[in-house]
Amino acid sequence: MTSEALSPATTGASGAVEPRGAKPKKLTIGRVGVYAFLVIAALFFLMPLWVMIVTSLKGLPEIRLGQLFNLPAQVTFEPWLKAWDTACTGRDCNGLKPGFMNSLKITLLSVPVSIVVAMINGYALSFWKYKGSDLLFGILIFGAFVPYQVVIYPLIIGLSKVGLFATLPGIVIVHTIFGMPILTLLFRNFFASLPPELFKAARVDGAGFWQIFFQIMLPMSVPIAIVAVILQTTGIWNDFLFGTVFAGRENMPMTVQLNNIVTTTTGVREYNVNMAATILTAAVPLAVYFISGKWFVRGIAAGAVKG
Amino acid sequence: MKKFAVVAAMATALLGSTAVHAADVEVIHWWTSGGEQAAVSVFAREFDALGEDKWVDTAIAGGENARAATLQRILGGDAPGAAQFNPGRQYEELISGGMLLDLTPLAEKEGWADFIRPASISEACLVDGHWWCVPVNIHSWNWAWASMPAFEKAGVELPTSFDDFLTKAPKLKEAGVIPFAIGGESWQINGAFGVIQTAMLGLADREKILKDKDLELAKSKMADVFTKFREFKQFSDEGSANRNWNDTTNLVVTDQAAMQIMGDWARGEFGVAGEVAGTDYACLALPVEHPTVSTGGDIFLFPKQSDPAVEEAQLKMASMMVNPQVQALFNNAKGSMPIRDDVDMSLADDCMKKGLEIIKDPANIAVDAGRWLSNDTTGQMNDLVAQFWADDSMTVDAAVEQYVNILQTAE
Amino acid sequence: MSQYAQSSDAAALVSTSPPRRARRKFNVMSIVGTTPMILTAVGVFVICIIFSFIWSFTNSKLFPNFNFVGMDQYNRLWASDRWRISVGNVFLFGVCSLVANMVFGYLLAVFMDQRIKQEDLFRSIFLYPFAMSLVVTGLVWQWMFDPNLGIQSAVRQLGWTDFQFAPLTNQATAIYGVVLGGVWNGVGVTMAILLAGLRGVDAEIWKAAKIDGIPAWRTYLFIVLPMMKGALLTAFILQCTGVVRVFDIVIAMTQGGPGVATQMPAIYVIQHITDRVNVGQGMAAACTMLLPVLAVIVLQGVLQWNAKRKKEKAI
Repeated sequence: MTSEALSPATTGASGAVEPRGAKPKKLTIGRVGVYAFLVIAALFFLMPLWVMIVTSLKGLPEIRLGQLFNLPAQVTFEPWLKAWDTACTGRDCNGLKPGFMNSLKITLLSVPVSIVVAMINGYALSFWKYKGSDLLFGILIFGAFVPYQVVIYPLIIGLSKVGLFATLPGIVIVHTIFGMPILTLLFRNFFASLPPELFKAARVDGAGFWQIFFQIMLPMSVPIAIVAVILQTTGIWNDFLFGTVFAGRENMPMTVQLNNIVTTTTGVREYNVNMAATILTAAVPLAVYFISGKWFVRGIAAGAVKG
Repeated sequence: MKKFAVVAAMATALLGSTAVHAADVEVIHWWTSGGEQAAVSVFAREFDALGEDKWVDTAIAGGENARAATLQRILGGDAPGAAQFNPGRQYEELISGGMLLDLTPLAEKEGWADFIRPASISEACLVDGHWWCVPVNIHSWNWAWASMPAFEKAGVELPTSFDDFLTKAPKLKEAGVIPFAIGGESWQINGAFGVIQTAMLGLADREKILKDKDLELAKSKMADVFTKFREFKQFSDEGSANRNWNDTTNLVVTDQAAMQIMGDWARGEFGVAGEVAGTDYACLALPVEHPTVSTGGDIFLFPKQSDPAVEEAQLKMASMMVNPQVQALFNNAKGSMPIRDDVDMSLADDCMKKGLEIIKDPANIAVDAGRWLSNDTTGQMNDLVAQFWADDSMTVDAAVEQYVNILQTAE
Repeated sequence: MSQYAQSSDAAALVSTSPPRRARRKFNVMSIVGTTPMILTAVGVFVICIIFSFIWSFTNSKLFPNFNFVGMDQYNRLWASDRWRISVGNVFLFGVCSLVANMVFGYLLAVFMDQRIKQEDLFRSIFLYPFAMSLVVTGLVWQWMFDPNLGIQSAVRQLGWTDFQFAPLTNQATAIYGVVLGGVWNGVGVTMAILLAGLRGVDAEIWKAAKIDGIPAWRTYLFIVLPMMKGALLTAFILQCTGVVRVFDIVIAMTQGGPGVATQMPAIYVIQHITDRVNVGQGMAAACTMLLPVLAVIVLQGVLQWNAKRKKEKAI
């Protein structure tokens, strides 16, 4: 019974390893078109990165000449070293590196916590509705449209009342709160799209709330969880607003330093250092995309094997 | 920070001393670029040298970000020991809410009122007879930066007034030079507008309009200001929209543009490029006929703390900031003018010396409009001027009407 | 209010089939599991929105207070040119970027679904903009759109001397420049979500379509697309929240200019709460922003509730 109930989902998942559309072996016009489209799109996406990389390898006098797309006449790695190691952010001239560990700490704690919380929400909202649960969800979605700054004042007062203002747990809570609307939506829609027989069968077998969650739902939600990881890692790693306010002085994230390096009102702008610093700061989310991208496919394949 | 305070407390306990222990004072500021960093380091070094207390640096780039963080942390009960602000009315509520340390006893002991000049600078901190903050420097908006080679190329002399500039501008344009360099960000447009406004109204009428909110005068005089301001637009270039101020200054540095109206911080850009005042570029104090200095700048305020040791350290810091030697070191590094006269500025360049000369006469002081207008009102004016600049279909009459309306509803 | 569910059958089955007592017991676990959600929805969002609403009728300046001034803040809000322009902008920006994002995102997802050999590479290329701080990437876009530095001058150097492409310098076109920057930044995520959705579609559907001889593009458009409502809705709502809260990219690319041509409501709210020290005005703007969102959600809820009642009556 159980295995039968699982079958639609597994075939759905196995679709990832089945070929789609035209057969790939032959080099048809359609095939060329597909690649042409992707390559042109990729060029569009890469253009700003190209500008950033070549700018980061130029000296300031060459940047002032304004040849935006040209390769540097003289390649220098100075800006990269400076951005990482010696650029000043206020009095400290240690570049980006001191905030790196803080950002890592905040991200490593906040990403799993916020995703697990949202996953349970989505699961409960799909299979274990209670009176008012849909209303709560509606409020949550509504909350996704509120500008952050509007919510900041009450949150500061609340967190300082419970003694968590300007602490590491405080910032984790804040990221969990603001990640919740979209992540809950993500997981809710995912679980709602699973075949209901799956859940029904498990219930008939006598499994409870947590049992079904851990044994059936959690393993199945890998592909969508990876989307969640992408969203959260990026959001939390790049967060500046909450970091400056809620993390406390000891846990100031890397973006505060990035911002200190790239934003200046009355000083000289070192564009090459700015570009290098931006790329360096984005390194972690980028790495996550590359690594999780592989799991993205494998996760689906694993789901198929499990069935 | 807490850890340090605990260790220090233990140390004093062990020594059996009754003296107040040393403290850390966290300072939030937005000085993050090279020159600014050198300047803030002067403060930090001098403060650390005073004794056991330590300067703990929290730099957050962007005035808006830093101020917001300060306010939010005060609200959350985690107030910094000191925080940078701009002189104005933004911290009024912190004063009335009793959230700031009263510096009056210190200020009276040291006689701040006697040496801090001009008056509009001390007024920023002196509210109802109490000192609530420390002014540390003066930045003036009333400058124009001109490329000498660009003017030579067009075969014209440096302008002697705004009208004179407008008559010479077509020749500059013919010579392939951008006559009027401006970046399209609203604060740049507004800065230039403010300077032109000062030049056309004169200090007295400007004060009547902006301070006393004389609506009739505004109605009769502002139309000319808006009309004149619009004349400048035809002499700006296509790329001006959204351009950073320093990219704009760079046009003057590289002689592609003839003139930019920008505050005294622009000098740093010429310095970095190795330009020499008087041969490569000229700094014109505005209005050229009767040079003035506007009194923008930076102040520090000291949020109240529960720890008496921190409070004592805060007072030491405040005293250090107005010290003449520190003022000299700090302002030379920052490229701003000191808040007192008896300061050795012999290292200053010619442009700053010009400014220091002008500031000596109180009649030359264009009080920063932020003293009279709330940030909210200034913001509305900024929106209006930026819209007027960008939108040619907006009539002068409509602009004046809105301007008067903003003044009318200002608090 | 189950407006976002693709199908509420699962829930319906649960609520009817198990015995009453058991159901109640399990609901307790469900409530325990969603405690963080309850606290967030009620403790953060409801309370914040109520307070924002109250503060919007006060003259709060730096910190919120309770000196009520009636409708003053709202009157001033709608008298402001900048606010009215912002509202117009967010609709224009919203429609353009949502359409561009969803269409382009789905196209990318479909093309990525063609057993592309370098899938990892392409996915990373489409996603990477999302990882970059907008402060600097906004500047790069600004450079590329600059008539003297960017694409325009590069093309002119190639010989096409009257080529015109500088959207940000013109009041009428600046907003489309921002749309382009926004799509560049966010379309990768849409692609990722829709690709996850595509991969979740039953393979049987494809087999059936093939047997019926339906061309692939029609299958994608008319058969598969309607089957991935969940993924579409998620991507759509994610983009919608981005539109309503659009702030960083505008600040980085145009600062709301030229003039006030690219101002947005969120910038208005944030500036008034922070630097302009007028919390009351900021809250009035924030509450006004939320009105259309509230209207849509309530409307959805009513429709859903009606549909449910009709269904029950039919049974």
